[in-house]
Amino acid sequence: MNRIARCFADLKQARRKALVTYLVSGDPFPEATLPTLHKMAEQGADIIEIGIPFSDPMADGPTIQLAHERALAHKASLRRTLETVRTFRQDNVDTPIVLMGYDNPIERMGYETFAREAAAAGVDGVIIVDLPPEEAEPLNGYLQQAGIENIFLLAPTTTAERARHIVSLAGGFLYYVSLKGVTGAGHVDANSVNQKISQFRELTDLPICVGFGIKSGDTARLLTENADGAVVGSLLVDKMGQMPGEAPEKIAAAVGELIAPIRAALDS
Amino acid sequence: MNMTKNYTSLPSADGHFGPYGGRFVAETLIEALDDLQALYSRLKDDPDFQAEFDRDLSHYVGRPSPLYFAERMTRELGGAQIYLKREDLNHTGAHKINNTIGQALLAKHTGKRRVIAETGAGQHGVATATIAARLGLQCQVYMGADDVKRQAPNVYRMKLLGAEVIPVTSGSRTLKDAMNEAMRDWVTNVDDTFYIIGTVAGPHPYPQLVRDFQSIIGREAREQCLTQAGRLPDALVACVGGGSNAIGLFYPFLGDESVAMYGVEAGGLGVETGKHAAPLSAGIPGVLHGNRTYLMEDEDGQIIETHSVSAGLDYPGVGPEHAWLKDEGRVNYVAINDDEALAAFRKTTRTEGIIPALESSHALAYAEKLAPTMGKDQIIVVNLSGRGDKDLMTVAELDGLTL
Repeated sequence: MNRIARCFADLKQARRKALVTYLVSGDPFPEATLPTLHKMAEQGADIIEIGIPFSDPMADGPTIQLAHERALAHKASLRRTLETVRTFRQDNVDTPIVLMGYDNPIERMGYETFAREAAAAGVDGVIIVDLPPEEAEPLNGYLQQAGIENIFLLAPTTTAERARHIVSLAGGFLYYVSLKGVTGAGHVDANSVNQKISQFRELTDLPICVGFGIKSGDTARLLTENADGAVVGSLLVDKMGQMPGEAPEKIAAAVGELIAPIRAALDS
Repeated sequence: MNMTKNYTSLPSADGHFGPYGGRFVAETLIEALDDLQALYSRLKDDPDFQAEFDRDLSHYVGRPSPLYFAERMTRELGGAQIYLKREDLNHTGAHKINNTIGQALLAKHTGKRRVIAETGAGQHGVATATIAARLGLQCQVYMGADDVKRQAPNVYRMKLLGAEVIPVTSGSRTLKDAMNEAMRDWVTNVDDTFYIIGTVAGPHPYPQLVRDFQSIIGREAREQCLTQAGRLPDALVACVGGGSNAIGLFYPFLGDESVAMYGVEAGGLGVETGKHAAPLSAGIPGVLHGNRTYLMEDEDGQIIETHSVSAGLDYPGVGPEHAWLKDEGRVNYVAINDDEALAAFRKTTRTEGIIPALESSHALAYAEKLAPTMGKDQIIVVNLSGRGDKDLMTVAELDGLTL
């Protein structure tokens, strides 16, 4: 069983919601990534998303854009991201790792090479923001061969008919984008999120996680009424961005302190 | 008719030109693109819509724009006859208005009261602000912070027209970042906002509808050439940034096998220096801004900074139909450096009394190279896509003057 599936099976048995946390690989500098990943897992992150640095993160708000810029200023790349995952796996064999990013760096590496090397490094899933199902072949085929889940987005604007098509191709879990906007936006409406998720729930057995705009334990709890988990990104990335001169362990600890109360809120 | 290849049947239903084009956007925008595509499919063959578009083009833009025989330039070059398609004489001074009128008419049909645009040199921003003023629409224009500085007159023009210009400080602070920011705005305000993209790039159906609106250039030029010269031209030359003026000129001629086509990219300081904006000449295929096309990127797939003296060509991608026409070999893509374009800018001004835009000066510079290699009975049509008033400060600065 894939780590993602096992993770959700365990959570279901424990009647717990998934906490999914996010950082950008190499932000605010390369040495900070690995200790922060371990701290995230230690503080209760069930799944970790690692952003692949890209020069033009079109779907991201200012907070995560800046993280991409900081990482790229340190020559972060997809290749170095995979190396980081490989090193992480030496000490952590359980926490699912999902790479999140944009198509171009992956296309540049080559879809087939990427799928093979990502699997070898210990990656469990990918979310490629600008690769909707219509454009996902031939990458999908290579990912399937490599045993990597392609996690698709559902949005407030996704029609039921389209959602049926998306869930038929999706693996791992579905990522529901809580609002019309970019990452880190602040206008999320819990009622409409819960309603929309229960509609999508009818169409699939895959877990559904909700993300974009979750900045506190309270929001995380409110938005996961019908969802299986919450994704927290900009909140953590913002903190990391404020600590470019600090020691890696200090950055990891600060992120851990932000995660702990969200974990507690989701479990309460 | 022999069995020539059909170059005008694309994009496919899902928006592809061979391997290029498509829809590489976040899920939230798919529905809006579906709606736009449905609306455009319905209206593009609707006689009322076309009549309204044609009416605006003739009475508001001032079309048809002349096809002008540049006699003195022709004599001096001593080769093929040079005709200039005078898009510089359009209202607002460039070809951009053809497209903004078309898209604003689409916006009107959606009932959305707010339009947004990205702009590089400011010509598309001005054209969008213009049509927004005329239709009473709210208008916000995203412009790279560096471009805001180097195109100050156009920034003020947009403000006078009632548009808000939003300087974009992320990334390389030029056109590509303005487009990122416009996309972010659109994804946030998708319910009440129409995004007027300025070139033949972006997700399907934009490359198609912008091409269709700009094709008026080539349809007129073809007819005018037949009337004025009694025959088709032998060659077409147009500058290519995103590529909307070029595709507008080329498209109606694609089936005319005898007509050679040259798309002129910005060679900047020289393609060999890496400081240029010529993805078709020196880039590789990738995905940016919603479509697959030729891009300027590094070995990690990061988009790299471009350089051109002309803000309107300073873009690391190019419309997907150009990418396809390059691979098909139907259009030749070449590059002209900053200094060559500047020389053509000065020469056209002195020889013909026409101050061309720096963008169009790239096309003129290539025509200067091409003409002497051709016979005196042959014809080159150059798309003079815009006028150079907006570039006076840039050129003056290079001359060491402050206006």
